[in-house]
Amino acid sequence: MVDTDVRLGLSGSDLAIRNRTFKNDLVRIDESNLNPDNSVEFASLVEAGLTGEIVSASRFRDQDFFIVSKDRIVDILTLLRDHPDCLYNLVSDIFGVDLYGFDREPRFEVIYSLYSLPNHRRVVIKAQVSEDDLTIDTVTGVWPAANWPEREIFDLFGITFNNHPDPRRILMPDDWIGHPLRKDFPLGGEEVEFSHNVREQIVN
Amino acid sequence: MSMTLARIPQSEFKPGQGVPTGIELERYYDPETDQETMTINMGPSHPSTHGVLRLVLELDGETVVKCTPHIGYLHTGIEKTMENLSYYKALVLTDREDYLSNLCNNLAYSLAVEKLMDVAIPIKAQYMRVLLNELERIASHMIWLGTHALDIGAMSVFFYTWQDRDLVLEIKEHLSGVRTKTSWICPGGLRGPAPTGWMQRVQDFLDYFPKRIEMYETLLTNNPIWIERTRGIGMITAEDALAIGVTGPTLRASGVALDLRKHQPYSSYEEFDFDIAVGQVGDVYERYRVRIEELRQSLKIARQAWAKVNAAGENAPVRSADRKIAPPPREELDTSMEALIHHFKLYTEGYHPPVGEAIGAVEGPRGEKAYYIVSDGSNKPYRVKIKGPSFYNLQALPRMTEGRMVADVVAMIGSIDIVLGDIDR
Repeated sequence: MVDTDVRLGLSGSDLAIRNRTFKNDLVRIDESNLNPDNSVEFASLVEAGLTGEIVSASRFRDQDFFIVSKDRIVDILTLLRDHPDCLYNLVSDIFGVDLYGFDREPRFEVIYSLYSLPNHRRVVIKAQVSEDDLTIDTVTGVWPAANWPEREIFDLFGITFNNHPDPRRILMPDDWIGHPLRKDFPLGGEEVEFSHNVREQIVN
Repeated sequence: MSMTLARIPQSEFKPGQGVPTGIELERYYDPETDQETMTINMGPSHPSTHGVLRLVLELDGETVVKCTPHIGYLHTGIEKTMENLSYYKALVLTDREDYLSNLCNNLAYSLAVEKLMDVAIPIKAQYMRVLLNELERIASHMIWLGTHALDIGAMSVFFYTWQDRDLVLEIKEHLSGVRTKTSWICPGGLRGPAPTGWMQRVQDFLDYFPKRIEMYETLLTNNPIWIERTRGIGMITAEDALAIGVTGPTLRASGVALDLRKHQPYSSYEEFDFDIAVGQVGDVYERYRVRIEELRQSLKIARQAWAKVNAAGENAPVRSADRKIAPPPREELDTSMEALIHHFKLYTEGYHPPVGEAIGAVEGPRGEKAYYIVSDGSNKPYRVKIKGPSFYNLQALPRMTEGRMVADVVAMIGSIDIVLGDIDR
């Protein structure tokens, strides 16, 4: 019997490869933990009393990653935008990740990849969103740039944004069912248009 | 904002009265202010929307009251598809999302994968990447200039720019056998060395192109019609542009000097001498001037890169020596068992970056092009997010158009240089 992981759509050797490497590489190479001494962003968050929001903070390949809880995400991002040591005034990107394959709770992360124009630095803030409560506050008030990316996250992952000014789908058709970038959304499986009588066409 | 009160139904189309225009007309009349607005649909198949952009414009006379872009007509699920391909195979999809800056996309993706795997790239490959990226920028700006001028009514520019773009495509074809979607820049370096005569061909182009820039300037820069159609149109301030997340020439025309080639140098850009073209006004004309100046700067960088590649010698490696990411040379396969195994494993299973996340960002022709890759340790990227600069730049369009004339909308769309493949992915 072929070993199959239905959730990830993997079977046989693909699954074996994934399991083997996944277990071996669980310890990240080149990763170090951040603290207020080696990260100005961490220091600013501590200074503003937002320490409790930080779930983890790490540096991987010279890039800082902060995992935070979603409750005060607007405060955190406003601070990072306005604090004189940070000044992350440009949204590089906002997007979602479905961590279904990592067997990790909570399932979703909304990732804010920010760029500081005066300092020319990047930081990545990841807000955890659990499957039970698929909502997070919008940051369109902090950067108007967040408008379309948040619509895209809603469209592709099904995470809704509280107080979003324009909560509609953006890429998929308005009557689409499901959220395609979730890991349990199958690849393919949609009927190809004008293919209902393809068999007859081939025979004749 | 909209004065939606009594709706006057659209008159029915009767046979014999002419063909339908494809433009839906909806009229709204507000008895209190005695104003009537009309909603028209511009696109998705409209020649000046540069692809399949659809704008719903609410007009008061000829003034745009509200502009709502609708995107997604070119959504092909590239990110989802990439999750199901190995890293090496996913590379070819990067050519296909922003189809006018293929090599810049290749580079951004490769940088992200190389950062994940912590691979060093030979210096000649880095210079070649710079050279190819600048040629790509010239080709992309040629398309932009031609179509933008065509939209506004200067038709002949289009024919000249298309010729020049074709020269770059021929350079790419000479290098790889493919005109546009080469995937020549790949994780680990380049696919291979340049063929005989390629360097001469590039040099011929670099010698030929400066006088073409002069010609475009003669055609447009002081042309009174061009100035009339572009100056003072589609203004956006630096603060607004930054808040909306605009990057690239559109941001620089508003007076913000942000260029990742200077500020977060990648692929040895720190060794090159060039200036950032920055505007002041932030209108359509300023964006035109910034891009024309960028063409000159691109040429300047390309000349330096050409000299550096030339100085590196013909036999210098263009692929990483790390056999876990780059295939061994062909001649080794006949003599070395190890090389054969590496070759086989690389093209069947691929490579396994460690668990982690990395961003690869480059300054593309349209702005910051970034790939964010989440790796779960398998041979397929767990999640790839493509940051398309056009996606953010297009958000500025409603801000530019509202309150302006409908005839200027095409000038504004052209000036932000969108590619729908970049927006919808």
